[in-house]
Amino acid sequence: MAVIACAVVAGAMMLTAGMSVAFAEPTKSPAQRRSGFVDMSPALQAMQRDDTQNPAWLWLKDGEERFAADCTRCHASSQLRDVATRYPAFDAALGKPVTLATRINLCRTRYLQRQALAAESDELIGLETYLGWLGRGLPIAPPRDPRLEPARAAGSRLYQTRFGQLDFSCAQCHDDNAGRRLAGSTIPQAHPVGYPTYRLEWQGMGSLQRRLRGCMSAVRAEPFGYGSDELTALELYLAQRAAGLPIETPAVRP
Amino acid sequence: MARSIIHLPPTARAGEIVAVRVLVQHPMETGYRSSSVGEPLARDIIRTVECRFEGESIFAAVLHPAIAANPSLAFFMRAMRSGTLTVEWRGDNGFAHSDRATLQVV
Repeated sequence: MAVIACAVVAGAMMLTAGMSVAFAEPTKSPAQRRSGFVDMSPALQAMQRDDTQNPAWLWLKDGEERFAADCTRCHASSQLRDVATRYPAFDAALGKPVTLATRINLCRTRYLQRQALAAESDELIGLETYLGWLGRGLPIAPPRDPRLEPARAAGSRLYQTRFGQLDFSCAQCHDDNAGRRLAGSTIPQAHPVGYPTYRLEWQGMGSLQRRLRGCMSAVRAEPFGYGSDELTALELYLAQRAAGLPIETPAVRP
Repeated sequence: MARSIIHLPPTARAGEIVAVRVLVQHPMETGYRSSSVGEPLARDIIRTVECRFEGESIFAAVLHPAIAANPSLAFFMRAMRSGTLTVEWRGDNGFAHSDRATLQVV
């Protein structure tokens, strides 16, 4: 087993050596990137594929109505088809990268003079799901904005950093052991293609940040807060790592 | 406010058997769990679902704990004439929600 592990690491190093980009390169070439969808049971795959069975549509319909009521003053849905493929993005006024959820709340507070929606609230998840669904099938295309590079590099470092009492990094499971089993579950490559996602374990919808916080609790670390710079940095790195994979929102996961 | 989705084919031939799928947003809290601080969570489930076609009851179900959140039910009906299908969900804490869909027999 040790020999096989060495071979994989060597392969990954050759891959990174061939590219010259400021931030750490994803260890998987685009052709090797797999959505967690392919590792799901046929029943769950059918549940995601069939829009009439996918329970995420309850939130999506809510988001569609909310978008029509509030957002169409400035935006047309046809102009936002690719919005989910290019977030997190840089916000010039704040001077830092923001996630799509933060962007929705910035729109509310800046232009609609309304209260920001609470993290993980049905309203925010609904809007985010609707925007994600507009881009379903489009490849994830992180912006080539040099102002994002410091945060993206920070995200890459966080991904490699060991956390919590169990002392695990993201990379140890999702790069080194992806495709192998953790108890009864296949460890996915952790590409954020379908968020917000309907997760059976949650019996409801949740954002990528909820998932990241779940992983942190699982290794007995204190999770970063919703909307924190750390989680935004991780989202940025994960988007780069998953670049090219098609968006599946609204996805269903076990 | 609850939300629901009824799926049935928009048109059917007379006598055709069509599949009806109904999905509703509900936590279906079993009453057997406790919160993160150890307090028991009270039961909050949907108790009954009834589907009527033009006032005539065509399908009904009694739901129990251990049914997943956002329950999805599917059944079949014979399309004899055009009309409106009404679905009514009732449950704990005065939960009541109804939704409708139309079927066109051609």
